[in-house]
Amino acid sequence: MKSIELKNVTFVYPNGFSAVENVNISIEKGEKVAIIGQNGAGKTTTVKMMNGLLRPKSGSVFVDEEDIINKTTATVSKKVGYVFQNPGDQLFNSTVYDEISYTLKHDKMSEDEIKKRVEYAARLCHIDDKLNINPYDLPFSMRKFVTIAIVIANNCDVIILDEPTAGQDLFGITWLKEIIDELHSNNKTVITITHDMDFVIDNFERVIVMAHKNVIGDGKVNEIFWDFETIEDAAIKQPIIAEITNKLGIKEKIVKLEDLLDYLK
Amino acid sequence: MNTILEVKNLGFKYQLADKPIFKNLNFKVNKGEFIGLVGKNGVGKTTLCNILRGIIPEFIKGEIRGDVIIDGKNLNEYSRGVLAEKIGFVFQNPFIQISGIKKTVFDEIAFGLENLGIERDEMIERTNKILKQLKIEYLKDKHPTQLSGGQSQRVALASVLVMEPEIILVDEPTSQLDPIGTEEVFETLGILKEQNCTVILVEHKIDLICEYADRVIVMNDGGIVMDGKTDDIMSNPIVENYGVPMSKVSKLAYLLSKQNDVVFDKIPTNVDEAINQFRKGLNL
Repeated sequence: MKSIELKNVTFVYPNGFSAVENVNISIEKGEKVAIIGQNGAGKTTTVKMMNGLLRPKSGSVFVDEEDIINKTTATVSKKVGYVFQNPGDQLFNSTVYDEISYTLKHDKMSEDEIKKRVEYAARLCHIDDKLNINPYDLPFSMRKFVTIAIVIANNCDVIILDEPTAGQDLFGITWLKEIIDELHSNNKTVITITHDMDFVIDNFERVIVMAHKNVIGDGKVNEIFWDFETIEDAAIKQPIIAEITNKLGIKEKIVKLEDLLDYLK
Repeated sequence: MNTILEVKNLGFKYQLADKPIFKNLNFKVNKGEFIGLVGKNGVGKTTLCNILRGIIPEFIKGEIRGDVIIDGKNLNEYSRGVLAEKIGFVFQNPFIQISGIKKTVFDEIAFGLENLGIERDEMIERTNKILKQLKIEYLKDKHPTQLSGGQSQRVALASVLVMEPEIILVDEPTSQLDPIGTEEVFETLGILKEQNCTVILVEHKIDLICEYADRVIVMNDGGIVMDGKTDDIMSNPIVENYGVPMSKVSKLAYLLSKQNDVVFDKIPTNVDEAINQFRKGLNL
């Protein structure tokens, strides 16, 4: 079943700037997809259309194979959760608990269910000891985990993470991996926008490359990172392990550290 | 070599905190050194920058102990204006750095120079030079609050570089930038180094630290746990215990040497070095 589908989608900002033109993307339920490309390629605009935060000028957006044109953003957001690039854009409650439970309360869920969901999400995001703290008293890196906990508690089918590794240390990056693995094992669709190629390689199976307001590459991680034409056109860099493999004259399309280790055994 | 900065027994506790964020920090920085300051989140890297720039204790309160000596003189003895010329600080969050009172990027970047009372012609010349160096000439007439994250980050960097400080503190300058933009910022920092400017850089992108920094200081709960040449520190697997990833190159070499039982002359930290070592060590 298709989780998300964009058909010939074009978006124009009110000042007349068109950010994406005739974009087609189709994502199956349970897929893990990374969207990469330069600043200004239209990545954030594209994902914001997936949950109705932005509405295309032309073309259609389908969630679970239903056109969302007549659905409110609030309705679509229950299925498709978007974690903003900047956590400050979405946090406004005075404690982490209130923040995570906000929409659940709004949906009149029972106290017990709310508590269960908040605790599950908080544990997964390593903030279970921070539930009574004001989110703004947490460092940026932890605030990001609060925003991730919100979409997990909401039990969204699709989770979109916009630049989740920015400012994260090794522990944060490990926690993100745990979260993505857990979501994936629950058959959730996970989509990320990132500049962090190691994060892509360690967590995602499919890569969509955006440039010039459109999708210029879409395929498996090892195919994309060995497609020199696409890499150059998108002005991205080949990840280090692939670069080393290439420079050593190895013909296999290796992108993962473990795979190169295996090959050199 | 000339010591430009010395930190002696430095400790700090935030006003409402139960315990100090760090105590007894000690290190010296030579003029022209490029230092990577790394460590997990929350160990006080940004706090240290705030102290070195005088923002703590002037604007953020707490208990401070120890001394910071800049160019032979205690930090407390500097006036605000002189310190501003001596040390530049590029904040982690560019949206905080941008003043919000100037209508164009050009004026924003020139703002610091204006405060120093620099001649108009020189101000224009220096601002134009920086705009060109950071490849942001196309932004000069834009409103500073209408920039993307990546653009703001470059404008914030430009507004500090234009002051031509002797020491520059940079706190994660590329968190919002794509890989090419990131490289460009690092190239700019590299140019500063060539100009003998002293750079202290807080950064999680380890591969870039390996490429540019001469020396790495690792902080962990309470204080400094490692301090040494970049290659020595970043090729040591212990760094991962402190929340700092080894560079991909070093990690590969380290695991290869264990797995294939080969001894490399040294664990490489950059790609070209790695290729040479691997060819030799593995007979490729």
